[in-house]
Amino acid sequence: MYRIEGLAKLAGRERYVDDLPLQDFLWGMTVRSPVPRGRIRAIRFAKDVDWREFVVVDHHDIPGPNEVLLIERDQPVLAAQYVRHMHEPVLLVAHPSRDAVRRAVRAIEVVVDPEEPVLDYRKPPRPDQVQYGSDNVFKRITIAKGDVERAFAGAAVVVGGVYETGAQEHVYLETQGMIARLEGDTVVVVGSMQCPYYVLTALMHALKRDEHRVRVVQAPTGGGFGGKEEYPSHVALHASLLALKARRTVKIVYDRGEDLAATTKRHPACIRHRTGLAQDGRLLAQDIEIVLDGGAYVTLSPVVLSRAAIHGAGPYRCDHVRIQGRVMLTNAVPYGAFRGFGAPQVQFAVERHMDVIARRLNMDPVEVRRINLLRDGDTTATGQVIRDGVDRIRLMERAVELCGYHAKRLDHARHNASDATTRRGMGIATSYHGSGFTGAGEVRLKSRVHVAGLAGGRVEVRTASVEMGQGTLTVFTRLAADRLGLAREDVLIAEPDTGRVPDSGPTVASRTVMVVGKLVERACDDLRRQLELGRETRGDTLRDAIRAWHREHRGAELIGEAVYKKPPGIEWDDTNYRGDAYAAFGWGAHAAEVEVDLRTGNMKVLDFVAVLDVGTVLAETLARGQVQGGVVQGIGWALMEECKFLGGAMANNQLTNYAIPTSADVPPIRVVFVETPFEHGPQGAKGLGELPVNGTAPAVLNAIAAATGTSPGNIPLTPEVMLDLLERGAGTAVVG
Amino acid sequence: MSVLLPDSTRAALDMLAETRGAAVPLAGGTDLLVHWPVRLDDHERTYLDLSGARELRAYQWTDEELVLGGLTTYWDVLTDTRVWTHFPLLTHAARQVGAIQIQTRGTWAGNIVNASPAADGVPVLMAYDAIVVLASVAGQEEVSLADFYTGYKEMRRRPDQLIVAIRVPRRAHAVQIFEKVGQRRAQAIAKVGLAVTRSDAGWRVVAASMAPTVRRCPAVERLLEEQAPVHGPEDFLAAIERDVTPIDDIRSTARYRARVMANLLYHDLRGVCNFIQ
Repeated sequence: MYRIEGLAKLAGRERYVDDLPLQDFLWGMTVRSPVPRGRIRAIRFAKDVDWREFVVVDHHDIPGPNEVLLIERDQPVLAAQYVRHMHEPVLLVAHPSRDAVRRAVRAIEVVVDPEEPVLDYRKPPRPDQVQYGSDNVFKRITIAKGDVERAFAGAAVVVGGVYETGAQEHVYLETQGMIARLEGDTVVVVGSMQCPYYVLTALMHALKRDEHRVRVVQAPTGGGFGGKEEYPSHVALHASLLALKARRTVKIVYDRGEDLAATTKRHPACIRHRTGLAQDGRLLAQDIEIVLDGGAYVTLSPVVLSRAAIHGAGPYRCDHVRIQGRVMLTNAVPYGAFRGFGAPQVQFAVERHMDVIARRLNMDPVEVRRINLLRDGDTTATGQVIRDGVDRIRLMERAVELCGYHAKRLDHARHNASDATTRRGMGIATSYHGSGFTGAGEVRLKSRVHVAGLAGGRVEVRTASVEMGQGTLTVFTRLAADRLGLAREDVLIAEPDTGRVPDSGPTVASRTVMVVGKLVERACDDLRRQLELGRETRGDTLRDAIRAWHREHRGAELIGEAVYKKPPGIEWDDTNYRGDAYAAFGWGAHAAEVEVDLRTGNMKVLDFVAVLDVGTVLAETLARGQVQGGVVQGIGWALMEECKFLGGAMANNQLTNYAIPTSADVPPIRVVFVETPFEHGPQGAKGLGELPVNGTAPAVLNAIAAATGTSPGNIPLTPEVMLDLLERGAGTAVVG
Repeated sequence: MSVLLPDSTRAALDMLAETRGAAVPLAGGTDLLVHWPVRLDDHERTYLDLSGARELRAYQWTDEELVLGGLTTYWDVLTDTRVWTHFPLLTHAARQVGAIQIQTRGTWAGNIVNASPAADGVPVLMAYDAIVVLASVAGQEEVSLADFYTGYKEMRRRPDQLIVAIRVPRRAHAVQIFEKVGQRRAQAIAKVGLAVTRSDAGWRVVAASMAPTVRRCPAVERLLEEQAPVHGPEDFLAAIERDVTPIDDIRSTARYRARVMANLLYHDLRGVCNFIQ
């Protein structure tokens, strides 16, 4: 099945926010904090600029509360007296000339009396650094299963390890961008985003307007990866405030340098494992500590921590597990949603740790996993019984077979014994990812979908789920067409416009296909019910019925509706973190072959295999692309993407110095889908988008460890670090 | 911004003289225009668009040398198989500059005057003893590329001078090596660049991203000339320390750069020189 908007994108016809025709508008820009923490003493406007030409907005211009509404209300739209991170928005400026506004921003000085910032989330804060609660901890989560200490007492072997992962930038091709205009008394915002209703809610709150006086429209979006989950609310607020003050249309589009410096990134994490094992390699006890860097405001960090904690123990059976997580305030730009949402960090740790365990026990890493992988009927750390018919061991074996694991290992042993300058190795990792919102989140969201029967006999799917390159348009078209027996041309997908589409929740958390897609099917069923037709009515008969209905009800809307219903048997206790964390999990096994250059420390991934069970695959080409893209993002995170922070600012905020992989840096990526249908997903589908990232970095690092005999525990593992590890020699162990 | 549009080299030199060298020569634009939107001060300057000076495209082989014109691009060199035969390092380096879009616009002369310590084209030209031909209304002058740079972004080109040609002498080379170590395999800026040649004229060892300018490494060259036994990469470190001053910066570390240069010299020359064991 072809991608619905594919040709428009390929031919350059798709219009992203910066391409939309716009007349008589102002360019908006943001004046930001020059320091990571401090009290604003003054704002100085250069004398040689005629400021009457400019529209300038500060916190006094905010009609409602100066708060970006999310989980908490601690983050201001524009800093008033105090700044908590570098590049925090303080003022907004607009002018018809983009160059003029760029100059104006440089002509405004925000004078701050600096205070001692927190720049290392791993160290406990000094008293003068405390800025949240009594200890800068935004959120703590504990998961407890069994009796960990008693299990350790009976363990033959205890293996410790510390693992760290760095910040990662989304590098969506299209930077953040938003247009705000006034239609009568309504503020209309059009822009690049994943969650139109998040933006709407934030606008209603800070602009003090009800939903009739604000409208949010998603423009075609050039990639999100989580970076357009919460951040677009800021850009939308800024553009709206300028538009309201200027009474004119305002466009804000970040250039890459501003986008890299000022927007969210993946949470850095430090994860400590202590694992008790039987002599035969069975897991007896897992004690895991997770610490995340949250940055300067709460934003989504508690939820990221939640997903990290729930996935912390890996897809393994273990009766005694303790997971303690916390997310810390620092004076960094707030970390935010990023594909995987906490799960890649903890799975990097647990999967590297499984290889550390295997080396300690002198076992094959595949064998250690085979012994411990969850079987149907086993429970996860939260006590969720896994019984979905997926054979996770077979999944791993498929990856092992496909990459030629055993033969390659023999080849590599020969190669490594004779080659002067390179070392090769194989690495395996397994992975899992819960589809949809955690715990009771989906129930709270109460997502709603409409499928309208149009007068001509076609149908229109109305959801707030956006297309950002991942295939929403294509998959929803297929789901509705299949459900109603219509040709794909007879299914339209509505533009996500909060004035027209219901709130089907955010486009995040691998939930679009499984959760919203299911609602699309049910809304199709409801449409038929409205027409008093049975399930067997399809195709032309249905089209005729829709047309007939409209002839009888001229001017009226024929709408099928569905509202989220929890699948039966799912129970979650949010207080104690017990129960069914997700309605379904996707499962993966990943294999990497690498070559390390001993001269330069350069690491090249030679081959990569990903075997995934995400239920039924609805659009195979797109799904394969999602997996390959996730693997590339994982390779970048593992080996080259390093945010270099200097005094709380990203120093390498250019794509020349923040290196992401090119096509020359990635191997052939072979993708295999094992399709075990999930009974509550549309046509049996589960979530897919995030899973491919989870297993990539550990598979690559495990391969490097195998190739070199070193034991790297931190990513990104740059050539600089690799060369140091190689010089220190084989057997370098992470400290337990 | 104002742009001057000379239709010949002579006109270009006249305009440079008239503006007292204030005009910035613009060839491929691949360095000048990269950060154009945010380099607001650059918008005020005067540019000398060289695209009309057709003579600068001249590119010729003689019995003694290859002469690159002031507007010869990486792509011109990449598509000439004679270069691959006689000066393979030029082809290697050209392939590693940016990607095809940059290779088709970027010029060798531009690479020289941009004076980046991390240049890809400069080290191979220097390892081939290239000579820079500078012209102004006052006449022509030739400077050896090895002597061209006097400090970070400082060079022996007066603002009223243009590079009109680069002369590369044809010699038989027993050793020709080019290594670029970047953050990734394409579209990268060198963390370490190394060009090594050996001809009747002796060893040439040129390092990039190891000092404020691309530069020859006389101590390493002497070590190779003397054929003193080398037992491992460490044996190059003292000479490297004398020749270059690598730093910690946004792309790499001083320690890494020195180690990698030593490792590359050792492993690349081991099969070539019997005194390297």
